[in-house]
Amino acid sequence: MNLFSLSGPVFSFDPLSVFFLFVILLIAVPAAFYTAGYQKGLYSPAKTKLSWLLFALFILSMLLVVAVNNVLLFLISWELMSLVSYFLVTFDSEHDKSVTAGTIYIIMTHAGTAFLIAAFLIMYKYAGSFDFDAVKAACLIMPPGVRNTLFCFFLVGFGTKAGIVPLHIWLPYAHPAAPTPVSSLMSGVMIKTAIYGLLRFGFWMLGGGELWWGEAILVIAAVSCLVGVIYALMEHDIKKLLAYHSVENIGIILLGVGAAFLFLKLELYSLAALALAAGLYHLVNHAIFKALLFFGAGAVYKATGTRNIEKLGGLIKLMPVTAFCFLAGSMAISALPPLNGFVSEWLTFQALFSGMLKMTAGLKVFLMLAAAALALTSGLAAACFVKAFAMVFLARPRSKKAEAAAECPASMRNPMLFLAALTAVFGLGAPFIFPVLQQVAVSLLPVTAAGPVPFSPFTLAIPQAGGTASASPLLLALLLTAIAGAAAAALYFIYGRNKVTEGETWGCGYYSLDAGTEYTATGFSKPFRIAFSFFLQPYHKTEKIYDSPYRLSSYRYETHTTPVFSAYFYKPLLFLLYSGARKVRKIQPGSINIYIAYIFAAALFLLLFMEKF
Amino acid sequence: MKTVHILLQVLFAAAFAPLVSGVIRKIKNSVRMRTGAPVLQPYYNLFKLLGKEEVRSVHSSWILAAAPYVVFASTVAAVFFTPILCGGPVFGEAGDFLVIIFLFSLGRFFQALAGLDAAGAFGGMGSSREMFLSALVEPAVLVAALTVSLNAGTTDAAAISGGVLRSSACLGAAAMLLAAMAETSRIPVDNQETHLELTMVHEAMVLEYSGRALALIELAAHIKQLVFFSIIASLMLPCGAGAGLYGAGGYLAKLLVISLIIALTEISLAKMRLFRAVDFLGFALVLALAGAVMSAAGF
Repeated sequence: MNLFSLSGPVFSFDPLSVFFLFVILLIAVPAAFYTAGYQKGLYSPAKTKLSWLLFALFILSMLLVVAVNNVLLFLISWELMSLVSYFLVTFDSEHDKSVTAGTIYIIMTHAGTAFLIAAFLIMYKYAGSFDFDAVKAACLIMPPGVRNTLFCFFLVGFGTKAGIVPLHIWLPYAHPAAPTPVSSLMSGVMIKTAIYGLLRFGFWMLGGGELWWGEAILVIAAVSCLVGVIYALMEHDIKKLLAYHSVENIGIILLGVGAAFLFLKLELYSLAALALAAGLYHLVNHAIFKALLFFGAGAVYKATGTRNIEKLGGLIKLMPVTAFCFLAGSMAISALPPLNGFVSEWLTFQALFSGMLKMTAGLKVFLMLAAAALALTSGLAAACFVKAFAMVFLARPRSKKAEAAAECPASMRNPMLFLAALTAVFGLGAPFIFPVLQQVAVSLLPVTAAGPVPFSPFTLAIPQAGGTASASPLLLALLLTAIAGAAAAALYFIYGRNKVTEGETWGCGYYSLDAGTEYTATGFSKPFRIAFSFFLQPYHKTEKIYDSPYRLSSYRYETHTTPVFSAYFYKPLLFLLYSGARKVRKIQPGSINIYIAYIFAAALFLLLFMEKF
Repeated sequence: MKTVHILLQVLFAAAFAPLVSGVIRKIKNSVRMRTGAPVLQPYYNLFKLLGKEEVRSVHSSWILAAAPYVVFASTVAAVFFTPILCGGPVFGEAGDFLVIIFLFSLGRFFQALAGLDAAGAFGGMGSSREMFLSALVEPAVLVAALTVSLNAGTTDAAAISGGVLRSSACLGAAAMLLAAMAETSRIPVDNQETHLELTMVHEAMVLEYSGRALALIELAAHIKQLVFFSIIASLMLPCGAGAGLYGAGGYLAKLLVISLIIALTEISLAKMRLFRAVDFLGFALVLALAGAVMSAAGF
């Protein structure tokens, strides 16, 4: 048996692979330029070289993952990607946190890979080959039970890498621990390779399946959206906040993907293409704005030395370009028109809605709930980015470090400006981009009949039963500019130049207030903490600090939220694992005689029963 | 021709919107047996503000200066997509019903940023509460919007306003009315009349504004209120295609009824604690979902 069975082509460049190659390179190139600026003065020459090597290997492994046309090579590239990213997560290993983060990451990612290996072996059993096309052919004739098992394995295996809830716990540790350019690649691109895997193996190879596949993905997607954004709201570490938003955005992408699974099963092929294209659109958009936001966070971190947004503030005056780019990213991720996030979120709503029009009553309500979850998510995400942007860039600096910040060098600014421009390009140019993504989506369908949406250079138009739903980011942008311009001009001509005098901020009559009286991130998120307390389970710690046994000098007050998934799922799991290991230890007492007895027993067993196997 | 029509409609909405606020105030005062300010008082306020100079905090940045224009532009842009006077034309090529919701988020985002820009505690508190409430409003508004879209078979606003009224839409309209109370800073969620720190939401957020900027923000708030009422009057409870003058009369009648409901609610209820608003908006969401279930069942 030729284990590698490289009978077919090693690489495939079908539309799906090309799309993912494009996304990876779209982020990797600016990330490389950014790295050059970011690393300056940070590492020793030897460590800088090592970092570049790992960086290049990381990108190469991701490119391989989406380009290979063979299950075994896929697994090898996948493992290479996981290992290299592990080394990158622990690259700043002088921080204890990054070592812990790396450990959680590597355990979780290998637990996921175990499911993938199992699934691939089952596939090999039926196909007798590792070639993608051969496996796809075999998948069509598998018994339904096996297909269901495979789907579950893929969902868990790729879901771990994608960071779906409840498999997300590694993500908010690992992504922030890595050096910033790597965080942007991990959050922006690496987790997308899991979506690639789910589409390649779940959607393309298995092709549809049961109704519950789509429903399961939609439920997981909605939960991931909400959990991700609620945790992000509670987070004050800017990189961790962004990492939680990756959980949220993977959820939004999976809403499109899950709807596509559902429509594929119901043989609504043009709807499946629409939903999948919406998901892919959000995928590339998230890659763009998440990389942009991480770049901004990295620039702030490098300028101030802190990632705690409670210690920042006022940076819009000290770092105007970074602030502008971060604002563009914040607007895009909050789905504000006319930037790219708006387009893909609108398309996702339209995909869910177009599905509702053709569904039975039960599924209509199901999709409506998914849409409601997306709406709540989008409102919470906007709140979170108001918090993030305002605490970092607006008002007065909250610490000495923030006061001393200076704008980052051009080598870091330019990649940010490039990505900020892309948020506009992928927003305004949506009518040109969306048909391409639809072709990618159509290429994954078992039939080629699915007609793409009619093209118009200005508008995205979705034909529906009762008419056509349109959205035009370009026209919206022109409209907004025209209205603001008209208002400004009208006021100028009627009332003349605006007379502005500067004054102090109103402080109830006190005029020497400092940054200590500003609203804080903790204060900002308090309503959310209380409204979602059933899930977050916040608790307080009050500590009295005495400077002598008789005098109370100060109070220390802390508020925390309970990490529900670690506390109620992973902790008990670990406890079971440890107690199981303790029980197993009894058969390993350390006596050589007993071990020899084991060997003897094993040999005897094999000699007696070998023929049966 | 259609373009002129739409532009006229937008100008009408901008000119008419403060009157609606004035009428609501007048109704409230009449029920309280007070004379109250004239119906045109909102206009007088706007012109007074426009003539005044602006005082800006030294700690603020360009966000504070730009926000009024973004808020104003996004609100007026929403009028382009809302059928005013029942069956009024909309700029359907550029956006549908959902785009209105997205446009409001754009304005709100900048408004909230501006609230935090001046380094004061009030603005931040207002922004925090505004984003909190609006995040909870969003699902109710969207589900209500998708329910009537489901009835019409499309999210295109023109088609929805030309459709027939179905019983599921009434529940959606009720949900939208509760959402409108929250979005237009009305009791029981917010209170426009007070400047008491502990109770204000929207007013706290715009506390640092004065002069021309404040005039823009106030006008935008009036227009936003009219858009929300028009959504209820022309989209949630459509009067059918080609209603013409009859439709316009019906629209004004519906507007008056909505104003009455809002005014009477305002004088008969007290403002809720912020965290009670969660239940209030949760109720709006449940109403909207009930409407969706009815719509799915064919009602």
